[in-house]
Amino acid sequence: MAPPNPARTGVWVGIGAVIMSFAAYTSAMIVRQGTTPEWHHIALPPILYWNALVLVASSVTLELARQRIGGPFDRLGRTPAVQAAKSREWQFWYRITLVLSVGFLVGQFFAWRRLASEGVYLASSPSGSFFYVLTALHALHVLGGIGALLYALRCLHADDGPRSVNVLGAVAVYWHFMAALWVYLLVILALWI
Amino acid sequence: MGKLFAAAVTVIALVSAGIFLSRVWWLPPDFTTLGKDIDGQLVETMIFTGVLFVAAQLALATFVWQSTSRTAAIRVFPGGPMPLVATASVIVGLEILSLVFVGTKVWSKIFLAPAEANALHIDVQAGQFAFYFRYPGPDGKFGVPHPDKIDEGNSNFFGLDPQNDTAARDDIVSASLVVPVDQPVLLTMHSKDVGHSLYIPQLRLQQDFVPGLVIPVHFTATGVTKTEIVCTQLCGLGHYNMKAYLEVLSRQDYDKWLAAQAGQ
Amino acid sequence: MDNVSASITELPPAAPHQHAAPDSFIRNYVFSLDHKVIGKQYLGLGLLAVCTGMFLSWIMRYHLAFPDKPVPLIGLIAPTFAAGGVITPEFYLQLMTMHGTIMVFFVLTTAPFAGFGNFVLPLQVGAEDMAFPRFNMMSFWVTFVAFAVLVAAFFVPDGPPLSGWTAYAPLSAVGKSSGPGEGLGQSLWVVSIAIFCIGQLLGSLNFIATTLDLRAKGMTLARMPYSTWAWFITSIIGLIAFSVLLPACVLLLLDRVAGTSFFIPAGLVVSDALQPHSGGSALLWQHLFWFFGHPEVYIAIVPGFGIISTILPAVCRKPHLGPRVLIACQLAIAGLSYMVWGHHMFLSGMSPMSATLFSVPTLIITIPAAIITLLWLGTIYGSKLRVNTAALFCLGFVSVFVTGGLSGFFLSQPSIDTYLHGTYFVVGHFHFVMGVAAMFGIFAGTYFWFPKMFGRMMNETLGKWHFALTFLGVYATFMPMHWLGLEGNVRRYSSFPSDYMHGSLALHRFITAAALFLGAAQLIFLVNLLWSRLRGPAAPDNPWDATSLEWSTTSPPPFDNFAGVHPVISHGPNEYGVASARGDYIMQTDPPSAAASSAVA
Repeated sequence: MAPPNPARTGVWVGIGAVIMSFAAYTSAMIVRQGTTPEWHHIALPPILYWNALVLVASSVTLELARQRIGGPFDRLGRTPAVQAAKSREWQFWYRITLVLSVGFLVGQFFAWRRLASEGVYLASSPSGSFFYVLTALHALHVLGGIGALLYALRCLHADDGPRSVNVLGAVAVYWHFMAALWVYLLVILALWI
Repeated sequence: MGKLFAAAVTVIALVSAGIFLSRVWWLPPDFTTLGKDIDGQLVETMIFTGVLFVAAQLALATFVWQSTSRTAAIRVFPGGPMPLVATASVIVGLEILSLVFVGTKVWSKIFLAPAEANALHIDVQAGQFAFYFRYPGPDGKFGVPHPDKIDEGNSNFFGLDPQNDTAARDDIVSASLVVPVDQPVLLTMHSKDVGHSLYIPQLRLQQDFVPGLVIPVHFTATGVTKTEIVCTQLCGLGHYNMKAYLEVLSRQDYDKWLAAQAGQ
Repeated sequence: MDNVSASITELPPAAPHQHAAPDSFIRNYVFSLDHKVIGKQYLGLGLLAVCTGMFLSWIMRYHLAFPDKPVPLIGLIAPTFAAGGVITPEFYLQLMTMHGTIMVFFVLTTAPFAGFGNFVLPLQVGAEDMAFPRFNMMSFWVTFVAFAVLVAAFFVPDGPPLSGWTAYAPLSAVGKSSGPGEGLGQSLWVVSIAIFCIGQLLGSLNFIATTLDLRAKGMTLARMPYSTWAWFITSIIGLIAFSVLLPACVLLLLDRVAGTSFFIPAGLVVSDALQPHSGGSALLWQHLFWFFGHPEVYIAIVPGFGIISTILPAVCRKPHLGPRVLIACQLAIAGLSYMVWGHHMFLSGMSPMSATLFSVPTLIITIPAAIITLLWLGTIYGSKLRVNTAALFCLGFVSVFVTGGLSGFFLSQPSIDTYLHGTYFVVGHFHFVMGVAAMFGIFAGTYFWFPKMFGRMMNETLGKWHFALTFLGVYATFMPMHWLGLEGNVRRYSSFPSDYMHGSLALHRFITAAALFLGAAQLIFLVNLLWSRLRGPAAPDNPWDATSLEWSTTSPPPFDNFAGVHPVISHGPNEYGVASARGDYIMQTDPPSAAASSAVA
């Protein structure tokens, strides 16, 4: 049986909380749509779909980085030269991940700018309200995820032993969840908003 | 000390139960067709909970008394009288389930049944901090209310537009709810501003006003009486003083009252 | 304590201390990473909050008894809101709102769960600390900031909000036009509660991860003490509940400051001004709030169940009856607690079918609660009670929980709730289950774990007087409220100008006298706390001859709980009334060979 891993447990608990809160927002949106006769559907700016691809890509690159770090037993078989090469590789993919994640946030910002230019603001219509609330909160959680990625990076630079690999594993779970959450939100937005 | 506790629990349980039984503080007499069912349900629940209350408190007192006496010893092992507890659980569970079923029957009788076809329709508006009641007038039709036309200074509480809306011209607005006896009444309730609630203890009637919704509720008063309607949903600083009168009049008195209102 | 060393096996690999020993005053007492300090900080916050909340209730009760007289001294404390001690209707409602908010959030959610749970749970599972000590420290300080933000509402020009702890929209959503305090005061309230949610979520994170992952060797889930089970279940309830309250607060705040209309429908005219909002649903706030609000009351009481179930076997000197049934019932209550929220909304205009759908699980949830009560009674039956103060509060808990729970039967049936909703019957009901039963759980926990926390014993004479006066006081204060409710006396009223409520003044005066008496009795508790902390006699490691792990270490424990030793557990927590080398019980850390030879005669 795998030894207990508080970091993993912790991240799944946190994900549980985030799921519940977005469930609350989703049900609020469904109720709201039911009570108002004037629900104006918003045409989603296409950049949102590109952003989804960017976020999913960042999950892929994060996994590529993690593979190159390897586990504690992988590294036993590596010579110093191989170790150095792998180290450069994982750091490369990690940086790509960070760039993509910032790119996602920038893309979201452009989506908001686009909607604002079309007259859709937070308070202009119920659908607008929910669009901004859902996307802004997701972006906030992504920002937190970027912070977690940077924290994990710091741990890995300080000591790339099993503890840091463990931390990265937990952060990776959260990061992949962020991508999955965005895909879910995109579906909800496309269908309802 | 344990024995003192047991004695205190016994006294408290018996005195409390006694006060409930004596009905020294009790519901006012009811003036509604629903009264028998609701009060019956209440009394049945009170008997059930009363028996459980006294039994549980006395059991606690007895066990504590026994366990703190000098001859106390561990009597049942490992944990305790499981068969007894299981039996008690089953009995309590069955009682609870019976409450569920009986309660559902009473509830559906009251609330699933629609208002009668000949119900007198009165429109009720609650606002900070007063109730207003609107009758359709001789034409039998209600005018359309417009929130933007509400003008309390000129007594246009409902925002009616008599100039452009013929149905609104003869609507009667009253600060009291006046109804004839033995006549089904349908109230359509809406709120002007925040949440309010309408509570008439003698009619065993209570219903929230939810802003944005028009909520129907119906009753039939069975006796001539004058009683208060109070607000039971926190609505601001005047909540404690937000009330109106319900007057149940005989058919003739009601007709006289209505005619007098229409004349104004 | 030689039994502890007898059960050492090898240390787990690569397990350094989770955090270093504290080395400065700040690290030791302020920003401490030690769960024991954090637990005490939470309890301290709870104590501050309960004193504040009680004080507010005294002002309210005095005003209800003497509506035409100014309240003495209040004019000096609150010269703007209560000039000359006159309690205006709005100030009454503001006091009431803050009383409810402070008591529910900062007393009943912090003390039994975050307070005792933080101190005791890692000890009971054999861990050095919680899983995430830094998040734990943050959770306390976040909660403290939430309290400060809430109290700040007393100091803004218009004062605190008056919409009740339930803050129903649109009253709470349209801003200051709906009443005094509904401007900045209400916004501070919303922000405070949102911050509180975050603190609670960080706490739940720790409780769950610690319980699942940091148990010592041999501490299977089945061997966990019942209080640990209760805190674990509570943390799961809290995780889901607070995750819904936070979005509700976010949406309410946006309605208030950003012009959105989540909860505000069209066409409202507030203070002669047509509101610019449209299409929102006032019911949506109620649904979101009560989806949190009902599980919240179980968050307040389930730790109490755990505390009673831990203390009762120790003072009865016999095992708890039916421990697996006990845990199953708590799990059932936790699950069912999410299906009943609509019973707060029976009169809100929901369809009669929905009302029935909520009423049925509400009645059914009483079955596991009744079974748990019967298990306690069965544990007390045929026992040899050691009547100390902790035991008395446990016995008192059983009595008041029965009382409060039974009054719920009336309210859970919509046809009866039609009459009793919004009356003092409801006030009596929830004060018995929350203000009394949950408080008794806190008192029991205090008298039981004080020796472990501070290394000193509390004074038993003072404790027994505290219990006696409190027990009489709570029945005298809250039982008459049911009678007021039967008469139709409406709650949340600052006074009773209606004809039919005039006669209730006598009963209100009796309640006020009882409440002030009850409040005065708590001084005995405060004196006892202070005196014992400073001058109490030294406490042994295990003053109660109890079985769980916290009693196998010193009083107070060292910073890493077990002095570098990793305990190995060979027994469950229920080994009372069994002949052993210790006498009539076996501790969880005793070697396996100390098996029960026979029941103690």
